[in-house]
Amino acid sequence: MQIHDNPTLKAEARNLNFFYGEAKALKNINMPIYDKKVTALIGPSGCGKSTYLRSFNRMHDLYPGNRYEGEIRFYPDNTNLLSPEVDPIEVRMRVGMVFQKPNPFPKSIYENVAYGLRVRGENNKRVLDDKVEHALKGGALWEEVKDRLNDLASNLSGGQQQRLCIARALATDPELLLFDEPTSALDPIATGAIEELVHELKKRVTILIVTHNMQQAARVSDYTAYMYLGEMIEFGKTDEIFIKPSDKRTEDYITGRMG
Amino acid sequence: MTAPNASDLPTVSDRLAKNAMRHASERIIEMLLFAAAAVSVLTTVGIIYVLVSESIHFFQHVSIVDFLTDTQWTPLFDDAHFGIMVLVSGTVVSSAVALAVAIPMGTVIAIYLSEFANGKVREIAKPVLELLGGIPTIVFGYFALLMVTPLLQKVFPELPGFSLLSAGLVMGIMIVPYIASLSEDAMRAVPMSLREGSYAMGATKLYTAIHVVVPAAFSGLAASYILAISRAVGETMILAVAAGMQPNLTWNPAEPAATITSYIVQVALGDLPHGSIGYQTIFAAGLTLILITLCFNILGQWLRRKFRENY
Ligand SMILES: Nc1ncnc2c1ncn2[C@@H]1O[C@H](COP(=O)(O)OP(=O)(O)OP(=O)(O)O)[C@@H](O)[C@H]1O
Ligand SMILES: [Mg+2]
Repeated sequence: MQIHDNPTLKAEARNLNFFYGEAKALKNINMPIYDKKVTALIGPSGCGKSTYLRSFNRMHDLYPGNRYEGEIRFYPDNTNLLSPEVDPIEVRMRVGMVFQKPNPFPKSIYENVAYGLRVRGENNKRVLDDKVEHALKGGALWEEVKDRLNDLASNLSGGQQQRLCIARALATDPELLLFDEPTSALDPIATGAIEELVHELKKRVTILIVTHNMQQAARVSDYTAYMYLGEMIEFGKTDEIFIKPSDKRTEDYITGRMG
Repeated sequence: MTAPNASDLPTVSDRLAKNAMRHASERIIEMLLFAAAAVSVLTTVGIIYVLVSESIHFFQHVSIVDFLTDTQWTPLFDDAHFGIMVLVSGTVVSSAVALAVAIPMGTVIAIYLSEFANGKVREIAKPVLELLGGIPTIVFGYFALLMVTPLLQKVFPELPGFSLLSAGLVMGIMIVPYIASLSEDAMRAVPMSLREGSYAMGATKLYTAIHVVVPAAFSGLAASYILAISRAVGETMILAVAAGMQPNLTWNPAEPAATITSYIVQVALGDLPHGSIGYQTIFAAGLTLILITLCFNILGQWLRRKFRENY
């Protein structure tokens, strides 16, 4: 029990502000992300969950006019992910992401999973075969697709596509995996499969997951952060947040009086 | 039983009358639209009818086998030969040269405009491209003859004054805007979420463009290439001006040769008597041209269906 109570830090937001042009979307966020734990981000629509999540892999750099202030420290090397000297591509090599809507590439199942490996210059067939299989097993999809790896990924069902996207992200062994409402486009059974997977995955990787579903947050996460209007209102162990939130706004949200 | 203000409300028969009016005017508009559509369809049918019926006369004199296998095209000589392959070779070679220029260039420009250029560059580049597409082809023809050929002759001194190479190169430049514009549209239609998926894997812009955006937009790209082929095969003026018009069965771009189109323009400008065999060759050649473009259109449709976007 003692070990669990003293988790190591994987990342830490420090005085993080974010601007879409002039509009301030994140306000002075401070928050730890613990290693090999699942941290859930909850909060009403538009409160900045996606904005915050997408700061961790510098997704905002893709669009002009966006600006970060503050730091996201990444451990063990204590890099500031947001530093202008840090190449966003280097960041994305270490931080994987799974999107709200499954977005498989117009390629075969195999090539989807091999994508990140090829980006990293891996072209050895044997290594690729090996890692693709491993990643698909990690994404709990191997048994369903092992006989049709060369089929187009778009032929898979929505839930399978999402697990493929997870496998694609896993293939490159990210240190941190970001999920932005990964089950919002899926039916309950596919959702259950993904939740189980998230639970399994935290043995290997640190996970930060945005969800609108309180039960989901309670089921899958070790820590929960409640955001409201761009601010981090409350962060704590999931049990504690759900049983006795210390902030009135968190309580209102969790009990469904708001959002 | 009537409501107090029933008289203010339109009665059923009023409403029906209005409906009938609306129906009538709608019917008229519908008929006008139908007539407009019918005119274009009928024109096409008419053209094909003329081509086919004149060609039937032609093929009563010349066997299809000779038409397809003879290696000479001398319809106006006493010893007349009607080997269409002579003209087809000119068309194929000049089109191949044009496409070898236009497809890579057009695609690269489209990738640049869609994936790399910022809004300002795109705002300037697109109209310039469209302007290039609006230049009359006769201007391109003289550009080929008077600028490109002499330039090429500096590099290849043996190049004759008329050549498929020079005409084909310029035709390629003429087609670039079509490919660039259509391909850019196709690539911009690829949803951002696909690109984000690729960037999130650590891919660069270029890698994403080549490995995700281009495959996702493939059917649109294929459609633009097919259109380009149709343009190249049907192009007349550049070839008539810069490629020479003597029939020449060759696969060598450095030679002058007539194409199907330049032959047609040449003969159509002469004063051959109606109904003569020489006159009928125009229609046989025209039919061949239409069949070639038709093949590519079908291929285009097929590619479109096979690689239907599945975002
Ligand atoms: N590209 C953008 N440009 C400008 N403002 C944006 C942009 N994206 C989001 N915003 C704004 O930033 C704020 C936070 O948005 P964000 O998408 O992070 O919310 P969210 O918590 O993820 O909401 P949801 O639960 O609906 O996904 C919102 O007010 C939103 O309108
Ligand atoms: Mg969101």
